[in-house]
Amino acid sequence: MSETLIKPRIEKIPLTDRLTQKLPILLVPLLATAGLVAIGSPSTWLTLTVAGLAMGMMIFIMASGLTVVFGLMDVINFGHGAFVTVGAFIGFSVLSWLAGWTASPSVPLNLSAVVIAILAAMLLTALLGYAFERVIIKPVYGQHLKQILVTMGGLIVAQQMIHVVWGPDEMHLSRPEALQGSFILGEAAIEKYRLLAVGLGLALFLSMRHVLKHTKIGLLVRAGVENGEMVEALGYRISRLFLIVFMTGSALAGLGGVMWGLYQETITAHMGADIMVLVFIVVIIGGLGSIEGCFIGALLVGLLANYTAFLAPKVALISTIGLMVVILMWRPQGLYPVVKAK
Amino acid sequence: MLTRLLSGDMPRSGLLTVLLLGILVSLAFAPFLFPGTKSLETAAKICIFIVLVASYDLLLGYAGIVSFAHTMFFGIGAYGTALALSTTGPTYSSMIWGTAAGAIVAGIFALAIGLFSLRVKAIFFAMVTLAVASAFAVLMSQLSWLTGGEDGLNYGVPREFKPAFKLIDEKILDVRINGKLLLYYFVFFASAALFLIMLRIVNSPFGRTLKAVRDNAFRAEAIGYKVVWYRTTATVLSAVMAALAGSLLAIWLRYTGPATTLSMEIMIDILLMVVIGGMGTLYGAVVGATIFILAQTYLQNLMGLAETATSSIPIVSTLVAPERWLLWLGVLFILSVYFFPSGIVGRLREGRA
Amino acid sequence: MADHLLSLSGLHTHIGPYHILQGVDLAVPEGGVTVLLGRNGAGKTTTLRTIMGHWTASQGEIHFANHNITKLDTPSISRRGIAFVPEDMAIFTDLTVAENMSLAAANGPIDAKRLAWVTDLFPPIGSFWNSSAGTLSGGQKQMLSVARAIIEPRRLILIDEPTKGLAPAIIKAMTDALRELKETDTTILLVEQNFAMASSLGDTVAVMDDGRIVFAGAMSELTGNPTLQEKLMGLSLEVHQ
Repeated sequence: MSETLIKPRIEKIPLTDRLTQKLPILLVPLLATAGLVAIGSPSTWLTLTVAGLAMGMMIFIMASGLTVVFGLMDVINFGHGAFVTVGAFIGFSVLSWLAGWTASPSVPLNLSAVVIAILAAMLLTALLGYAFERVIIKPVYGQHLKQILVTMGGLIVAQQMIHVVWGPDEMHLSRPEALQGSFILGEAAIEKYRLLAVGLGLALFLSMRHVLKHTKIGLLVRAGVENGEMVEALGYRISRLFLIVFMTGSALAGLGGVMWGLYQETITAHMGADIMVLVFIVVIIGGLGSIEGCFIGALLVGLLANYTAFLAPKVALISTIGLMVVILMWRPQGLYPVVKAK
Repeated sequence: MLTRLLSGDMPRSGLLTVLLLGILVSLAFAPFLFPGTKSLETAAKICIFIVLVASYDLLLGYAGIVSFAHTMFFGIGAYGTALALSTTGPTYSSMIWGTAAGAIVAGIFALAIGLFSLRVKAIFFAMVTLAVASAFAVLMSQLSWLTGGEDGLNYGVPREFKPAFKLIDEKILDVRINGKLLLYYFVFFASAALFLIMLRIVNSPFGRTLKAVRDNAFRAEAIGYKVVWYRTTATVLSAVMAALAGSLLAIWLRYTGPATTLSMEIMIDILLMVVIGGMGTLYGAVVGATIFILAQTYLQNLMGLAETATSSIPIVSTLVAPERWLLWLGVLFILSVYFFPSGIVGRLREGRA
Repeated sequence: MADHLLSLSGLHTHIGPYHILQGVDLAVPEGGVTVLLGRNGAGKTTTLRTIMGHWTASQGEIHFANHNITKLDTPSISRRGIAFVPEDMAIFTDLTVAENMSLAAANGPIDAKRLAWVTDLFPPIGSFWNSSAGTLSGGQKQMLSVARAIIEPRRLILIDEPTKGLAPAIIKAMTDALRELKETDTTILLVEQNFAMASSLGDTVAVMDDGRIVFAGAMSELTGNPTLQEKLMGLSLEVHQ
């Protein structure tokens, strides 16, 4: 083969295109700046921004599984909220068993109780995810209408089962000592727990990116999102990959449930269904199937919800819908449309 | 005559005919057959939900679109009528303009959502409607200066529809012929008329094209049908019908609030009714709504008995507790989607052959 | 049958309401290149996809190396030694060339000697090793697609129109590479519209029309028989220079 043939033919991406690619990421600081202008007081703004980022991170954790599952198998799980709720209830049950640890002033004991609660919640929601995938979703692959209906049915049954297991009342639980209170930064009070949520969310996002970029299973997921058929033609069983991703997504929803529960300190059987509204908005904004889009969408929604809750409390939820509409008018497939082979 | 009234869409099954006739006769003579306030409330609710569920089936069964905003349209109709009656007084003209305004607003909303999100994917539409409907419900409960918030609105209806109004002094078959009875028949005939209009729509060329689009959008597009147009039109029609059903509810209850119109629970109920009754046939809406509401009203008593009977067995008794009736309907719902997606009506029609 | 690596008998495939393959009988001998010709819509791609298990045959059987693989799923078929280069190349554009290649080596890390051979066949694979596959040109993507199929030794490679839309110089390079591949023990089933390339590579040939095989024989029978070519011309050879 002659040399002329293999000359690099990487298309030069014009500057404007590269800017448009980066634009979604810039939206987050843009929104934060707009928030600062609208709110005025820097200390209030800082408190709200941390709260918004914390909320965004928690939504991201809950939404990430949903969006990857969709990207990989074209399956949208309307029952995803059930994992959030179940995770929260399991986490709370474990924490109430370990009441001695959470009430003690010892930080290590506090944190171990939370870690145990999180692990238990993630383990059990992963198992629940396994059952859900096998029983509820597997028979309706490729049929969107039935998928929506059946997963919705799964949500109803799961909510009812929570009533059966944990009773009809909501559960209250105070955060362990170590996670209560705030840091004072200048004039701004920043809740410790929110910082923890931001840190954990960021760590999860980075490790998720690492897995997706640098491990074989991550490569398979990304390849599968683009063209599942070809992944199979290379000899990999995509249904098994999907099951793993589904269980991971369920476990993350469970983790998000515990974190959200500890954030609100109250959980109900329908909390998952309520949060799903935000999760859907985030997933739509980000672009169905895109993990980066989901992350940015979650941060935008978290920030906007907190800013508007301060500026105009009545329209807080409407504002996130407004954000969704605006973004869809700009990019009808969301911030990061996922490339599909077909 | 009957064929024309039903737009040529006959029940096509002996058992189904008997069932539908039974429901029709029971509803038509409900005040005389089942005296008592509770049964009249139940009968009116069944009438209204038949319209609501049928209008949802227009979308789900005939167009193959899943929407979670149906209660939003139902609520818009109800609030339209409620606001008109409470602001401009309990007159027929407020009733009419409130109902019309509700239907028009619902139609415009549906048009906007449809044009906005039906181009992409069924899943997308489902998610967008879920988000929009929840936001709308929250908004309505927060705009308390307008909507009464969580408490909702109480208002009067025209004099002839009030229980105190007596058409004739004598009782017929031991039933007082009062305004409540007149109101029931208003609801009954309005529901019947709306149902027949929908039957006409689904059996028109438009309805048949809609089914073709549902079965193979790609092919329909290739033949030259504007798929988005058909889907959006179906969405708008369905929303207007839902709004009219909402208006009927508002007039019947003389009360409108988030819990009776906008809540996600009602949306889930509608889904259950459509699927259990049978998607893609309006008779499914009749059967589904009737069975579901009867179950909602009376099954719980039965489960109460079962709970008492099993009270010694710890888990079983919680599973059959009356509050858990939705659990069993949820299971039935999932099984329906898998094993008989055509629902009860589909089953009966197959059984005939 | 014993000397045929792959044989299809009475194969029918339905896609949705459409009956695409209507009784395909095809035998691919071990070694060498079998070319499948036919006009657009004749069922060539569907034949390859059915062999690969992307579609399930509604009737008929597929035997590969004396095993019935008709009902196997795609990963199992792949692991029996069949590789697929689909018409749309199915490059993972979100991944780098290296990542594409490492996924293709399903049985473990890439063998260095094998990789050297492949990059020798397709130099761009080496020179763009760490580039995102999405930035490759059409011809380079096609090379990557073929390279993926041969990075591990396979008994049979199904290639769907590897020259479609490529510049003549790249077609020549591709033809040379496939010829070299043919020298190894690999059997190739090639769908091709470009008769010049098809006739220079092919040992045996089959012509499809309307979901059936209408001619099968040695390539020399077709190239040496202008009347036959003429007869099949309208069916399959409309796209030669």
